[in-house]
Formats: sequence, C-alpha cells, structure tokens
Amino acid sequence: MVYLTRVEHFNAAHKLFNPAWSKEKNDEVFGRCANEHWHGHNFELFVTVKGNPDPDTGFIVDAKLLSRIIKDSVIEKLDHRNLNLDVDFMQGKMCSIENLVVGIWQELKPLLPATVTLHCIKLVETPRIYVEYFG
Amino acid sequence: MDNRVAVFRKEHFNAAHRLHNPSWDAATNEKVFGKCNLPHYHGHNYELIVKVTGVPDPETGYVMDMKVLSDIIRDVVLERFDHKNLNEDTVEFKHLNPTAENIAVVIYGLLRPAIDAALELKITLYETPRNFVEYPA
Repeated sequence: MVYLTRVEHFNAAHKLFNPAWSKEKNDEVFGRCANEHWHGHNFELFVTVKGNPDPDTGFIVDAKLLSRIIKDSVIEKLDHRNLNLDVDFMQGKMCSIENLVVGIWQELKPLLPATVTLHCIKLVETPRIYVEYFG
Repeated sequence: MDNRVAVFRKEHFNAAHRLHNPSWDAATNEKVFGKCNLPHYHGHNYELIVKVTGVPDPETGYVMDMKVLSDIIRDVVLERFDHKNLNEDTVEFKHLNPTAENIAVVIYGLLRPAIDAALELKITLYETPRNFVEYPA
C-alpha cells in the first residue's frame, strides 16, 4: 500500500459567526474572526490517497488526474470565493476549517477512481493552524 | 567601508479584499482582475517583512530595538489590517485598489513617520507564497 498526496491551494474569505448568537457572544467566542465584513486566508489543501501501484503504470493514480478532480470539484468552488456566501456545500454550516475539511472530504470521496481510497485531507489555514480528517 | 547593517522583522496579518475599479464597468473589471474581482471578496495570509537599515548605535549595538519595531508594526499596521476587509473596513483603501503593490506603499507610509528618519526603510509584502512585492523598489 502506497500513500500519495497532491497539494493544491485556494484563497478565500470567511468569517466565524453563529447567527443564533448575539453580536457580543460571537465577539467573545470568535474574536477577530467574527469581523462582520470578513477576513481571509491562503488555504493549502493536502489530499492523500492510498492504493497499490498498477503493474503497467507504476501509479496508484495518475497524479495529474487526481489534480484535475480536486480542481474541478473543490478548488473551482472555493478559490477566490467567500466561503460563507458562495459555497454550496457550506450553506447552513459554521465556516470553521474543521467543517470545511469534512465538506471537502464529502465532495471529493465519490469522485475518486476505484483504484484508490481517500486516506486523509489536511487543510492548512495559516502557517500555524491546520486540521486533518481521516473520514 | 559601509558599516550599515539591515535588520528585519517578520509579521503577518489575515485579511479579505477584492480588486475593483469603480470607474470601469463590470465587464472590464472582470476582464482585468478576473477572480480577484468576485463581489463577495476573497482573502490572504499576508506576510510582512520590514527591513530597517542603519549604523548600529555604539552604545547599544542596535540599528533599532527590535521590540520597539515590533510594537510599532503591531500598533500601526496589524491593528489596522488584521482580520479586516481591506476594502470595507479601512480608510486607506476606501478609494484605493488594495493590490499588494498599493498595500506595501500604504504600509511604508504608515511606518515611515514612526521610525527614525536616519534609518532606511523597505517593505516586502507576500500576498501568497508565490506573489510578493517590495517598496521602495
């Protein structure tokens, strides 16, 4: 079994804000991240799949194909967007990276070729904060 | 021999923005700025490098006290821009397109009066790990 990781990136705006709470409570819990006019990040997305190398190609998956699937299904929806307003799979959810990584997993998993299994998605929000999800 | 030394302080701020020229129509804005013109903003982790050059003081050995430089950057730049929408939340970019170029020039203008005029100042601003600007050029 070999693990292969493809790294992609997207730049997006978001805010952390729970509409069921008062402005004061949002400020208290989310601090600057609750700023009503948004802030933003350069997100780095690490998608790790696992599988056995094909005897003919030596690949577990064509990395170019994996990149295209990630770009078409996820990056296209997220890049230069407002995560709260523009992204269909984040509607009605809190826009934390925890929820975003789960949403990306659910978008991506059904689209991967049968030769590989989705192992981990790592989402880096800043050079000092990232999350990992294993399904 | 030039006895000047450059000292650097790295800081960062996260902000939303969009590129838009209000004197152009929507089609021209979209053509020129592409995805950066999308109406609901996007954002970046900006990395800021402030370079100060001068002769080390004979008594302290410092070009500039780095704690003082750090406090100035925090008070003058980070408080203004961190976790803000540059277009919506700042007076500096109410009527100025918040490109990396313009942000670097604005940061220079904000910091220059707070730093000894005898010291040279240069701003490097990373908008993404692959795009960065320098001012003065």
